[in-house]
Amino acid sequence: MRLVLKGGRVIDPSQGLDDRLDVLIEDGRIAKLARPLTGRARTIDVRGLVICPGFIDLHCHLREPGREDKETIATGTRAAAAGGFTAVCAMPNTDPVNDRAGITRAILDRARADGVVRVHPIGAITRGSLGEELAEYGDLREAGCVAVSDDGRPVASARVMRRALEYARAFDLTVIDHCEEPTLAHGAAMNEGTVSTLLGLRGAPAAGEAMVVERDVLLAEMTGGKVHIAHASAAASVDAVRRGKARGVRVTAEATPHHLLLVDQAVKDSDYDTSTKMNPPLRGEADRQALLEGLRDGTIDCIATDHAPHTVDDKKVEYDQAAFGVVGLETAVALCLDRLVGAGILDLAQLVSLLSTRPARILGLPGGSLAPGSPADVTVLDPERRVKVDPARFESKGRNTPFAGWTLKGAPVLTVVDGRVVFSAPRR
Amino acid sequence: MNGYPHRHLLGIETLEPGDIQAILDAAEGLREVLDRPIKKVPALRGKTVVNLFYEASTRTRASFEVAEKVLSADSLTITTAGSSVSKGETLLDTAKNLEAMNPDMIVVRHSASGAPHFLARHCRSAIVNAGDGAHEHPTQALLDALTLRQRKKRLKGLRVAIVGDLLHSRVARSNVWLLSKMGAQVVLCAPPTLVPPGIETLAPVTYRIDEAVEGADAVMMLRIQLERMTGGYFPSVREYHARFGLTEERVRRAKKDVLILHPGPMNRGVEIASEVADGPYSVILDQVTNGVAIRMAVLYLLLGESARESEPVPEPKRKRGRA
Repeated sequence: MRLVLKGGRVIDPSQGLDDRLDVLIEDGRIAKLARPLTGRARTIDVRGLVICPGFIDLHCHLREPGREDKETIATGTRAAAAGGFTAVCAMPNTDPVNDRAGITRAILDRARADGVVRVHPIGAITRGSLGEELAEYGDLREAGCVAVSDDGRPVASARVMRRALEYARAFDLTVIDHCEEPTLAHGAAMNEGTVSTLLGLRGAPAAGEAMVVERDVLLAEMTGGKVHIAHASAAASVDAVRRGKARGVRVTAEATPHHLLLVDQAVKDSDYDTSTKMNPPLRGEADRQALLEGLRDGTIDCIATDHAPHTVDDKKVEYDQAAFGVVGLETAVALCLDRLVGAGILDLAQLVSLLSTRPARILGLPGGSLAPGSPADVTVLDPERRVKVDPARFESKGRNTPFAGWTLKGAPVLTVVDGRVVFSAPRR
Repeated sequence: MNGYPHRHLLGIETLEPGDIQAILDAAEGLREVLDRPIKKVPALRGKTVVNLFYEASTRTRASFEVAEKVLSADSLTITTAGSSVSKGETLLDTAKNLEAMNPDMIVVRHSASGAPHFLARHCRSAIVNAGDGAHEHPTQALLDALTLRQRKKRLKGLRVAIVGDLLHSRVARSNVWLLSKMGAQVVLCAPPTLVPPGIETLAPVTYRIDEAVEGADAVMMLRIQLERMTGGYFPSVREYHARFGLTEERVRRAKKDVLILHPGPMNRGVEIASEVADGPYSVILDQVTNGVAIRMAVLYLLLGESARESEPVPEPKRKRGRA
């Protein structure tokens, strides 16, 4: 099975490549980059388009098993493919929690049967994600988990976090932490600040995130473990990561498109629209600017979606009672192309790195490169394509996005996983 | 009478000074009905109002009910206990079911901030916010303003201290908006644990009640819920009263003709000493009477003749759902 992507611009940060090249895919691998490529093969004309190593989302919620009403591995991976992602890391806060090898294997079995992109399960840090006893990392690793996380909840106890970072070293697992000091965030529906005051909503202060980031950086330094900060949202969190990196601590961090593009004022401007409710919450403009600066200077290592689908019933309620989370797989890339690259904040190669090469490196995942021999996971972008965010057309079961109606320039148009085309945008 | 150009009353923040003026003027005119031997006018005959109360309320609920009766609206009150809410029905389902009975207005009190906005987005009826979480309580601020205006003949330039639990108080937020919009000079006072972040962008804040009360034309006291103490906001009722309570001695720092307001229910001996609550400068009971007048005005402006006249485009007739 040979496939040629012909006439496109190849951007591959893993090789420092930005050139007009044809890409030959053979037997699920990248076989050759050359120009022009000749020979018999199925050819896809990608003139005017950008060929990138497949995008990898380190942070999404596929909800299966247990909450198939919100999302399934089938719908979630279709959403990923449509959004330009060739691999997703699935957070373990399913029902039951992915804290045992048997559950990991069940997820992978289902992904092989129904999934259209690669699914990398993340195991729990603690049994049941209750924050007390460590899960069996050796078994989880062997079954296919690529990291551990209690995402959705912080690891409240510093002692447990210390043990997790220490123990994970034996299996070369990264510990991904949802940083939040629970006593400060208790009952909060949004960021604490002037906007929460005006809306009369209980707020979670940014410091409650940053102090746990500080703690985790110190613990990673002390233990030699690897910590990855999930969905950094606060300026002080970026600062803590930056200082940790300067000291050589093994810390990495991600930011989400919604935290990069929106601030807490959106809750007010939308009159309490629950599609602005997520955890961590949208912060202030200074926090957003700090995240952008972190992206530019490399403090933030990657962009992840924190795709969190919910049913309409979970969201069509009072703001206080609405579920936390927004969907992101089908909007992330277009948002980044328009609002980060289009706005001149990042260049295209930086964005590709943030969405592909660096997430692959953080967890040691396959992909993130178009070097010959790499898995044939490819994302093709059309930088000129105009799209309007229309939740009714999402592949995801979740419709909960604060970006509905946004018109964006630039979008993924072709997704190739393992040499097979899993998504192709209709031609215009 | 001036018109009120909005379909709902969700909060003071989004009102123009002219809207506030219109409501106060209407209340002034309608207040007289309450002094008649037969306290009833046919202004809202044939209109149906649902009072949907998800939180305990004595004054506000009674006040809306009296206002509805005086204006001849048909009204019913649903409270959480004894309704399908206690059977787990969602707010939206409850509201939609009530709407299927074709009311013209829903008056809603809810512990969730933004609940009236949520209903306004999904319902056809006019929505009146009777208090939502810690967000707003617009009719309370309006009745406070009416009370001040009656006694002082103006709002502009008045120095008004608002003292107490600013963090959890919707009354404080609505009053800050209203008084600032109408040109009064507001000063806020609370222990720092009960000052919400950023409130100082709306009005200056002091932690000393003596400073707040100094030279005040009016002092609005806010209820201190006793459970705040267990929440760690302050160490004891004794210390709260000693440091932040309104005592007679402190009232003497204000202007001689100072007015003392309290939205109720009061905690005597906590935020306010009994002598002050019952003192000559207290207008706490006037507030209650004015509350009825304000709610009459809001009902009238949203549902009465003038509402129909000021409606720019007649609403399309929609097919009504069946219950």
